[in-house]
Amino acid sequence: MKHDKTFKFITIGIIWLWLAIFAVAPNGLVFLTSLLQQGDNELVRLQLTLNSYLELFNASYLKIFVHSLLLAGCCTVLCILIGYPFAFIIARSKSRYKGFLLFLVIIPFWTSSLIRSYAIVAMLKTKGILNSLLMSLGVIDQPLHLLYSSSAVMIGLVYSLLPFMILPLYANIEKLDLRLIDAARDLGANKRTVLLRIILPLTWPGIIAGSMLVFLPAMSMFYIPDLLGGAKSVLIGNLIQNQFLTARNWPMGSALSVMLTVLMGLMLIMYWRSAKRNQDTRDLL
Amino acid sequence: MSNNLIEIRGVSKHFPDHPVLHNINLEIRNGEFLTLLGPSGCGKTTLLRLISGFEEPSSGSIYLDGKDIAGTPPHQRHVNTVFQSYALFPHMDVFDNVAFGLRCKGIAKEEIEQRVHEVLRMVKLDTFLRRKPHQLSGGQQQRVAIARAVINKPLVLLLDEPLSSLDYRLRKTMQIELKQLQKQLGITFVFVTHDQEEALSMSDRVVVMHDGEIQQIGTPREVYEEPDNLQVAKFIGEVNIFDTKVLAADDKHLQVEIEGKQFTLKNRRKYSTEQTLYTLVRPEDLQVWSTSEVDDTETMFSAVVEEVIYKGCTVDLMLRLMSGKRLAATQFFNEDDEKLDFLLGEAVWVHWIPGWEVILPHEA
Repeated sequence: MKHDKTFKFITIGIIWLWLAIFAVAPNGLVFLTSLLQQGDNELVRLQLTLNSYLELFNASYLKIFVHSLLLAGCCTVLCILIGYPFAFIIARSKSRYKGFLLFLVIIPFWTSSLIRSYAIVAMLKTKGILNSLLMSLGVIDQPLHLLYSSSAVMIGLVYSLLPFMILPLYANIEKLDLRLIDAARDLGANKRTVLLRIILPLTWPGIIAGSMLVFLPAMSMFYIPDLLGGAKSVLIGNLIQNQFLTARNWPMGSALSVMLTVLMGLMLIMYWRSAKRNQDTRDLL
Repeated sequence: MSNNLIEIRGVSKHFPDHPVLHNINLEIRNGEFLTLLGPSGCGKTTLLRLISGFEEPSSGSIYLDGKDIAGTPPHQRHVNTVFQSYALFPHMDVFDNVAFGLRCKGIAKEEIEQRVHEVLRMVKLDTFLRRKPHQLSGGQQQRVAIARAVINKPLVLLLDEPLSSLDYRLRKTMQIELKQLQKQLGITFVFVTHDQEEALSMSDRVVVMHDGEIQQIGTPREVYEEPDNLQVAKFIGEVNIFDTKVLAADDKHLQVEIEGKQFTLKNRRKYSTEQTLYTLVRPEDLQVWSTSEVDDTETMFSAVVEEVIYKGCTVDLMLRLMSGKRLAATQFFNEDDEKLDFLLGEAVWVHWIPGWEVILPHEA
């Protein structure tokens, strides 16, 4: 028994230590930094101030927030619209193909997402693969100027984040009891009613989980707007990167990071609330 | 208008890998309690799904209330189903589950309110309105499933093994309640089960199915006492089957030899001497006597008691004949025959009351 306890203590201790060093400490440091002042010759001046947080309400920052939120929101909605039917088809296909289809969804993870973004650049640029193809097919006469636009950023974000929407949705839809759909149809529900009253409410936790996994990274993926949007599209992610690396304003960068973390926390609470409401479905992730 | 609510004519159903139903012809009468009885995989659930519209027949047609319902989707058929697993909507409470069908039809809120309360009172769940399905017991979930279906006043209520997941005692209670409900509502019930006792005790008529074919349609008494073939006899209740050698046959009588003894039996089904026949006797139609109790053993078989199973109101015996054949016999306690304490290995005489046997031909 005593031996057992020691083992338990050590394993749990290791996990705590890991979390403390790699999760709590960095976040704590970021939070601390956000309360300090920008230095001229050093990284930060050890003087407590809320200046960085007050600075967040600056109109130019607010504009970037709103822009980021909109872009991330659009990206999430697009991911739901594309990912939901996608996940539905995989989850409802014969088990023989299921593994293979899921495998296809996961394959892109094997390549760095940065490299994949360069691949998108190659496809979208004026003399790129997409334009050559469309022109040779005679669909267009003039090459489309896709690259360095909001559309390109959106394409890049949706492409990179779609698997994060598909996987939780798949897990959720796969557990959906088809007999419930039969029961609804038996009771006189047409296709629309079945979708709105049965399928969507029951897969709601999956939609929420997928949205969280897409929405937050969409706001902070700085390299995609950099590569595909040129200098035009600045997201919170770019802003943080700039503050740290270009403007050398570490407290400001930290304050922005803290704000993003708080936003994530709020969304997690919302998810938890909605999950609790749907507790009886018992198919939470 | 004919008395038949549903007519199934020459319906077959094939799934890509195997056939499920062959040439089913069945008429379901208005207001009856009809049971589809058969072992699992006999096609009874598929037949139910053909009626509800979840499957379409490969050939043949189904008429509901005189109209061919080919191609009519499930939500437009005036039939409702109580599913085996209940399939209650987990995200809705009892009220919303029961109201679902009426809401789909766009019925006014006040009427829905009133009808839901009415039907829940009928199944004694009117105090559980705001419970979610997972907060209910199995029996209560069952009642919600029934209420959710009958509230739509369907022409036919289809029940797919609705009692199979309940424990024995609850199942007995629900059997009685279902039967009462059916009488009270006057709705035609088509009930699927593999439990022959359930089928016999609840139904007006029983359809015995095997391997995708209908073996016999009849009242519970008919299928039990006058089975059309060996398949039916073996599936419904226990039965002892004797190889029967026909010595002579005329319009009225059969001279047969069974286990070395000669019998004169009534030739009700007009058999001839050439046929291979079997004589079937139910365990409860066999009488067992100790050697001291009888004198005339002309039409009795000599046997040895191999097993005695005391069941309270009856004693079940396993007997072995001289030929090695095993028989099951059920003895009832009554005033005329108080001595029912048979010993293992005891030599006894067995016979059946003439006329209670069923004679069936051999099937290829």
